[in-house]
Amino acid sequence: MTHLDGNVLAGPLSELFSVDMTVAVGRCAGCGDQSVLASAMVYESGPDIVVRCHHCDDVLMTLVQSPDDLRVEFRGIQMLRVTR
Amino acid sequence: MTTTAPVPTPSVWKVGVVASVHTETPTARSIMIDVPGWGGNLAGQHLDLRLSAPDGYQAVRSYSVASAGPGERLELAVDRLPDGEVSPYLVDDLQVGDELEIRGPLGGWFVWRPEQTGPVQLIGGGSGIVPLMAMARAHAASGSTARFKLLYSVRSPHDVFFAEELASLASEHFEVTWVYTRSTPTAWPTPAGRLTPAVLEAATIPASENPAVFVCGPTGFVESVADWLVALGHPAASVKTERFGGK
Repeated sequence: MTHLDGNVLAGPLSELFSVDMTVAVGRCAGCGDQSVLASAMVYESGPDIVVRCHHCDDVLMTLVQSPDDLRVEFRGIQMLRVTR
Repeated sequence: MTTTAPVPTPSVWKVGVVASVHTETPTARSIMIDVPGWGGNLAGQHLDLRLSAPDGYQAVRSYSVASAGPGERLELAVDRLPDGEVSPYLVDDLQVGDELEIRGPLGGWFVWRPEQTGPVQLIGGGSGIVPLMAMARAHAASGSTARFKLLYSVRSPHDVFFAEELASLASEHFEVTWVYTRSTPTAWPTPAGRLTPAVLEAATIPASENPAVFVCGPTGFVESVADWLVALGHPAASVKTERFGGK
């Protein structure tokens, strides 16, 4: 399956955060890489999204979307940093 | 990084109305949409578009915005993907006056702002030209003298988006290089073929000038180009990428 990148997270994550999270820096719990979420690898399956580290391929987070709710699991993000 | 995106309430779905449509290529068209409350967008931002079927099924797709700047009217340019769920509807069926649910403008990473004065290299594959077109338009509209170069890889002359406008934008500050992968215009100096590292190196602003580089296209194209750029000495942090999938 071809993947997209973290740019597509901007819409779904705007439901959860008040700032643009694609420019937020996340630290991968697997390899320690620190990169903007925009550069992560995104795999879509219908409305569901798996976000993987572009460096080590570990799962950073998953988004499960239904008409009624959005569930985000931060499985492999150890830290998130946004610029004020 | 400064976040000056004119984004009042991006998470709210708004209703846009199709104002006009224009055929770009045999498989693609541009769509002008009036979105009350849009509030304008930065060059390179995208939106989420939601279609709902009568049975309640919904599909959401992200599309880059081809226009930039203030106002409530925006432009998309959509290529019909053969096995697509949404793009065939947008290219073949959507009509003036139809309503679309839209969320945005979105994304503050793959953007160019007119206050950026450094050189910019744009590299687009196929419909990956769309956000780069927004940047080229913003560059021209702002009177920016920043050096802009565009490398545009397309299958054939028939597959070019915004052909006339790109030609009209050419100036001492904006230069376009074409790569035709399947067929070329008549009397074209080089045969059709995929972009290669050598062509990339020859046709783009060298790493020594520290350009900001924006690459957009199909995933394979983007990954190849990004790897070659880093091999040519561009810092990975200077190369911003946006991929679109095959859905």
